[in-house]
Amino acid sequence: MAMTAGRTRRHVLKAVGASAAGALAAPYVKTAGSAGRLRLGVIDHWVPGTNEVLQRILSRWGETNNVEVTVDFITTIGNKLLLTAQAESRAGSGHDIYALEFQMVPMFKHRLVAVDDVVEDVISTHGPIADISRQAAFLDGAWKAGPSPASTASAATVARRDLFLAHAGIDLTEWFPAGDARDPALVDRWDWESFSDAAGALHAAGRPVGAAIAPVTDSSAWLAQLFASYGAAVVDESGDIAADSDAVREVLAYLTRLTEFMPDSVYAWDDASNNRWIISGAGSAIFNPPSAWAVAKRDNPDVARHLWHCDAPRGPIGRFRAFNSVFWGIWDFSENQSAARDLLRYVAEPEVVVATLEASQGYDLPLFRSHYDRTRVWAEAGPPVGGLYNYALRGDERTVTDGYPAPPEIAARISTQRVVPNLVARVTQGGDSFDDAISWAENELEGVLRG
Amino acid sequence: MRVLPPLLRRKPAVAVLMCVPLFALILGLVAYPFFHALFLATLNKAETAFVGLDNFTFLFGRQTFWMVVRQSLLFALVAVVFKALIGLAAAHAINTIPTKGQRKWRGMMLIPWVIPPALSTLGWWWLFEPTYSAINWGLTKFALPAVPWLSDTFWARFSIILVNVWVGAPFFLIMYLAALKSIPGELYEAADMDGAGPWQKFFYITLPMIRNIIAITTLFSIIVTLANFDIVRVLTQGGPLNSTHLFATYAFRVGIESGDIPLGAAVSLFMFPMLAILAFIILRNVRRRAASLA
Repeated sequence: MAMTAGRTRRHVLKAVGASAAGALAAPYVKTAGSAGRLRLGVIDHWVPGTNEVLQRILSRWGETNNVEVTVDFITTIGNKLLLTAQAESRAGSGHDIYALEFQMVPMFKHRLVAVDDVVEDVISTHGPIADISRQAAFLDGAWKAGPSPASTASAATVARRDLFLAHAGIDLTEWFPAGDARDPALVDRWDWESFSDAAGALHAAGRPVGAAIAPVTDSSAWLAQLFASYGAAVVDESGDIAADSDAVREVLAYLTRLTEFMPDSVYAWDDASNNRWIISGAGSAIFNPPSAWAVAKRDNPDVARHLWHCDAPRGPIGRFRAFNSVFWGIWDFSENQSAARDLLRYVAEPEVVVATLEASQGYDLPLFRSHYDRTRVWAEAGPPVGGLYNYALRGDERTVTDGYPAPPEIAARISTQRVVPNLVARVTQGGDSFDDAISWAENELEGVLRG
Repeated sequence: MRVLPPLLRRKPAVAVLMCVPLFALILGLVAYPFFHALFLATLNKAETAFVGLDNFTFLFGRQTFWMVVRQSLLFALVAVVFKALIGLAAAHAINTIPTKGQRKWRGMMLIPWVIPPALSTLGWWWLFEPTYSAINWGLTKFALPAVPWLSDTFWARFSIILVNVWVGAPFFLIMYLAALKSIPGELYEAADMDGAGPWQKFFYITLPMIRNIIAITTLFSIIVTLANFDIVRVLTQGGPLNSTHLFATYAFRVGIESGDIPLGAAVSLFMFPMLAILAFIILRNVRRRAASLA
């Protein structure tokens, strides 16, 4: 090829070198398959403003790669995300990429394209993925979905530091400081019994703690961490019914005491009720990601500045936090799977993860441990500054999902049929004996396990 | 002048042709879904093998399913009785108003029935909201205790029945009003001359004359009420303690939300034989009465 006037070999080599360096540094390598259209169904984020940032990131990727990207933000309230997925999977049409909460991957694995190449690439670049996330999406020897850049969250204890100090004598900022200088003795004292004692004091002061015990996701989440911390399971690792156990009875006995200090309305709460409740100032603690705090910051700053995110209380077996890993899967009917794979690879890049994480004000938890060190949002978000520090897992907490420790397919059905919240409510609200409630759960679990 | 083709000049052929859209609708929207549901109900959970009636026998062993059966019947019976009583009383009341003023009352009374139930139920949900119920706010202003509308099993059942009655009573009202207007005035005049009182006129003229409408309306309402979905879905999602699940919402929970479509289909088909028998008996009686009147 002839050189044009004014352009030397040195110029060309320099340009090629620069572009090669750029390519190496570029976080994303486009394959020949991108182009065309991509339709995404993703979770309508709980934190205001996050959708817009994600939309911008995706649109920019689309423009760069000549892909027409359309994004639908679908709420999880009323199970709409799951219902839409059911409709699309049965109809064999809809979005190309779809957001899947942890229990949805096993449910729809037969309609999801394996994305081993994408996820293994990401793992090789960014290190291991969280175990709890691997359990949810690595099924039958293949990755059925890749990590979502947004909406993964955990159910931290979100408590009013002023009320806990005034009525329960617990200085949460001392027990769970915004830094690594934790006092192990104080942390160790944060168990379900001390939580119950605090709940009693707060109830007496007219500012009770609250957590849903209703057929909704929030119920399943906090009860999963409580059950796990007592070693209680309704179905064990091998898929056998295990509800009739001393551990389950122990949890039910504990909940009988704890629910005395909760409002009766928890039996009818939906996934937004606990948020509304603590934002209004009526409650003193809930189990939730920082969406309640983020909305309180906007709607009721006086409450927001007292909200402190803490570890889950410890049980006899250990300390567990419910972790809802969110994935993006590619439907097998997608007509643009090549571009979809490219996009999945792109959204796992740290820059994207951190951008959505910061837009969500710390709500989103990365699935890769290595991504945690790329942001200071949990340390700096406020007010109160440091209130979110312990939302990111810092201590001895292990992560669980609803249905733990059952195999993923069974755990998903335990979750969607709300077996555990109903088991608990039968005792704490319905007044059933432990034996009757457990017998009911066993009967219900036969339906969950049927082939 | 264009001449119709010979086929279209035959009246039966034209009639059949004009019915084709209706047949297509019934085939596509009634027959196909029904037979597909029957087919699904005979498959295993993975929808890969024929299992006959196993899904139904499996359901019969589930405590929650029998609870749903009892609740659905309770819900339908109580709601239909109240809808019928309120509809009848309101129809009578409106029928006594001079014709000129009836229209606005008819219009107003129909409002609950014409609003999409999913929307109006959302309004009720705000009234019953577990923590910030507007009704409870009013009650507490008068130093009355708050009512656990949606969190207590009794009150949750009460709430869904109340909303169903509110939505459905206008249908009875309009049907009964039409029936009342079709009763010849001479019958009442003759009864007046014989010295009959209001209750006698009601029991010996009104009720017999609108009996067929009552039967058909009740049958229709039982079917629709048993199939109700939106009120429970919006208000309680079947809770607390599964105590407000109806066939439709339980089928939805099992089939759609939990991914067991065959079992969900079996739940939704469970009432079909009983409703079919009920419909057959009621419609046969209606036909006989109509024939005897003719």
